[in-house]
Amino acid sequence: MNHERPWWLRTLIAAGPFFALILLWMAFAAAVWIKADPEDPLTNPWAFVAWKNQCLILAQSAIVAIGACGIVMVMISGGIDLSLGSVIALAGVVGAITLQHLGPEAAIGAALLTGAVAGAFNGALVAMTGITPFIVTLGTLGIARGLAKGIADNQTINTDPTWLDPLMRPFPGPSDPAWLHGLPIAPGVLIAAVVAVLVGLLLRSSVFGRHLYAIGSNPAAARLCGLRVKTATVAVYALCGLLIGLSGLLEMAKLHQGDPTTAVGRELDIIAAAVIGGASLAGGVGTALGAVIGALLMGVLRNGSQLLEWPTWVQEIIIGAVIVIAVGIDRLRARR
Amino acid sequence: MRLTMRGIRKAFGPTQALAGVDLEAPAGSCLALIGENGAGKSTLMKVLSGAHAADAGTMTLDGEPYAPSGPVDSRRRGVAIVYQELTVVAHLSVAENIVLGAEPARGLFVRTAERDRIARKAMDLLGVSDIPLDVLAGDLSVAQQQLVEISRGLAWGSPKVLVLDEPTASLTASDAARLFQAVDRLKASGTTVLFISHHMEECRRVADRFLVLRDGASIGGGAMADAVEADLIRMMVGREVADLFPRIPHTLGEPLLTVRGLAGAEAPENATFTLRAGEILGVFGLVGSGRTETLRALFGLDRAQAGEVLLHGTPLTDRSPRRCLQAGIGLVSEDRKEEGLALNLPIADNLTLTSLAPLTRWGMVDRGRQEEVAAGWMKRLTVKAHGPAQAIGQLSGGNQQKVAIARLLHHDARILLLDEPTRGIDIGAKAHIYRLIGELAAEGRALVVVSSYMPELLGICDTIAPMCRGRLLAPRPVTDWTPHSLLAASIGSSPA
Repeated sequence: MNHERPWWLRTLIAAGPFFALILLWMAFAAAVWIKADPEDPLTNPWAFVAWKNQCLILAQSAIVAIGACGIVMVMISGGIDLSLGSVIALAGVVGAITLQHLGPEAAIGAALLTGAVAGAFNGALVAMTGITPFIVTLGTLGIARGLAKGIADNQTINTDPTWLDPLMRPFPGPSDPAWLHGLPIAPGVLIAAVVAVLVGLLLRSSVFGRHLYAIGSNPAAARLCGLRVKTATVAVYALCGLLIGLSGLLEMAKLHQGDPTTAVGRELDIIAAAVIGGASLAGGVGTALGAVIGALLMGVLRNGSQLLEWPTWVQEIIIGAVIVIAVGIDRLRARR
Repeated sequence: MRLTMRGIRKAFGPTQALAGVDLEAPAGSCLALIGENGAGKSTLMKVLSGAHAADAGTMTLDGEPYAPSGPVDSRRRGVAIVYQELTVVAHLSVAENIVLGAEPARGLFVRTAERDRIARKAMDLLGVSDIPLDVLAGDLSVAQQQLVEISRGLAWGSPKVLVLDEPTASLTASDAARLFQAVDRLKASGTTVLFISHHMEECRRVADRFLVLRDGASIGGGAMADAVEADLIRMMVGREVADLFPRIPHTLGEPLLTVRGLAGAEAPENATFTLRAGEILGVFGLVGSGRTETLRALFGLDRAQAGEVLLHGTPLTDRSPRRCLQAGIGLVSEDRKEEGLALNLPIADNLTLTSLAPLTRWGMVDRGRQEEVAAGWMKRLTVKAHGPAQAIGQLSGGNQQKVAIARLLHHDARILLLDEPTRGIDIGAKAHIYRLIGELAAEGRALVVVSSYMPELLGICDTIAPMCRGRLLAPRPVTDWTPHSLLAASIGSSPA
């Protein structure tokens, strides 16, 4: 029984991902400080802890964090979506084409709608055919990627400058409008924060959110209690898709183009962020806050590794190890 | 009349689960539904809840025609059902579990104060005050989860009809007593309670009237107070033991296996018996009495907490399925599909799985010999199939079961533990299995047959040990048992 553990241990375990994030941040701060050579003016002992670097980490984590807020809802309901990376590219391509023809406002609608439709398609296949979500979305991973390439005619679609461009810019440049200079951080980070709060509220307090936990935790009980399991399944995949469409839009803004080959394998980063934040592939557990912390943890890892000039292969090994460790701790947490 | 059911019939494929049930229950009463496993009680309740639609028959609720379209509809009409299997959602809080499916909401969001008020009221009605509303249901004990589940049935105040399907299966005596008091209170407030239980003393405690179901039909009913236990048991058992059971002459030899004080985590409590060569020992008990757990502890599938197992007088320690098979003990699981067979593999692979070594040449499995050996066993056991290469999932249940037993024979197991060997197979295949069991005994093998179908045990066994709530009683020769005394022993009542 959990009750038999002392309170401090329970708190520590529950807040595990958060403490891991703080520890990791402090470790990188120390490592960068130690590595800096005081004789060498090119190295900066404060490079990691500098406010500008924090803005960079946040901007680098925002897209994965939004996606993780989406997938965590699907995972709570007992599902999974492997098509996220492909749908990000598809939404970006559709957004870029719309931007060129109809302007930035229409591009926002088009990208979000693309994501939501792709998600609803996944959800409908899962709910109606009974094929496992892993297989369904493994299929749509290919379909969405192919569609993106086809629509873009195998090329990147460059976009003309609009007010969407600086959304993901960590620091405003001299040519950027005044409103951007007024913001402390990139607009994309603020969007991600709003998304996280909304998803958190939905999961924690709404009827729909609580039903997702019930469906993922005990599908038979959910059916016996009269929950509309199929409707909820379609809705949760569509909602996740909507957020993935938003990620695609931000990706397009960041790259200034719709690139059908972007975000290959991004779904693994997004799912990893949710898992590090405590979500379970078995369903029934997960929080929006955890997903965001997971995304930040990976952002800190990437950023710190770059400052320490570790090669990317080292980063890959570390991130892989972090996923296994996070899930290992999760098993400890679940043990009674 | 609060609830009437007339001529309810329901078939699943060729099986007639309900063959004409008549039931009536006035408001403010408690009706006990009594019957053996498979008599149709749970199916009848699923018809009542709308989870299954009846093939024929009519129902009325307070005089109005009643034909629920599903679990939500029946709940809205005031029919609350607490199912036998636990349907608590582990990751939701107690309060959320109680209101699940009908949360009080303002717009998108749950009204938490109202939710907690409803949940508290439901638990008050049940007389439960020691379960906090905000803990996760998964952190509760099984008995507490059961109480949460029952509270769910009371979330809208007193229902018109409350069905309790084996509600005490995981409750302690004091929790059960609280439940019975709650049933009394609900009756007093006008609720009709349908109470399903194998335990006569519980039925006597709460029920006013009883209805006996047998083979999907209502056999008879009356006032609980006037009911004589022996009559009830006769109505439940009903049929005569037919000549469905071929007796293959066999003699009992030396003791092969001795089990002393075997205890598992939940069950068995303290199982002691001796199995002789050529003996067929039947273990009779109701679902949940711990029969399967006894076999699993013996076979090393679950860790035994205490006790020892002696084979030819030598202790068999550190039991695992691997060690038991090496020692010549084999188990056929009650769950063919999940635990017994690899359904998409060929018959030959399933049959030779535990003992492939003799069929290898240079370390490779000789598929020709494998199929040859399998074909031999299939012929001996009259398995109906296209051939040894056919996937076993395509066979009928009876033929699958024969292959599962043939696997142990190919392994040359001397002691066979068979858990519900005839569950879900047709009558002809049953007779084959019974004959086979007799033949194996005649070869000097020893068998333990677990079953909840009494006639087959009385028909084929040499000795029978009843099991009641985790306790395995001492085996006695089959001639010492009558259906009455066996059922009485398995429900913990003194022999009539």
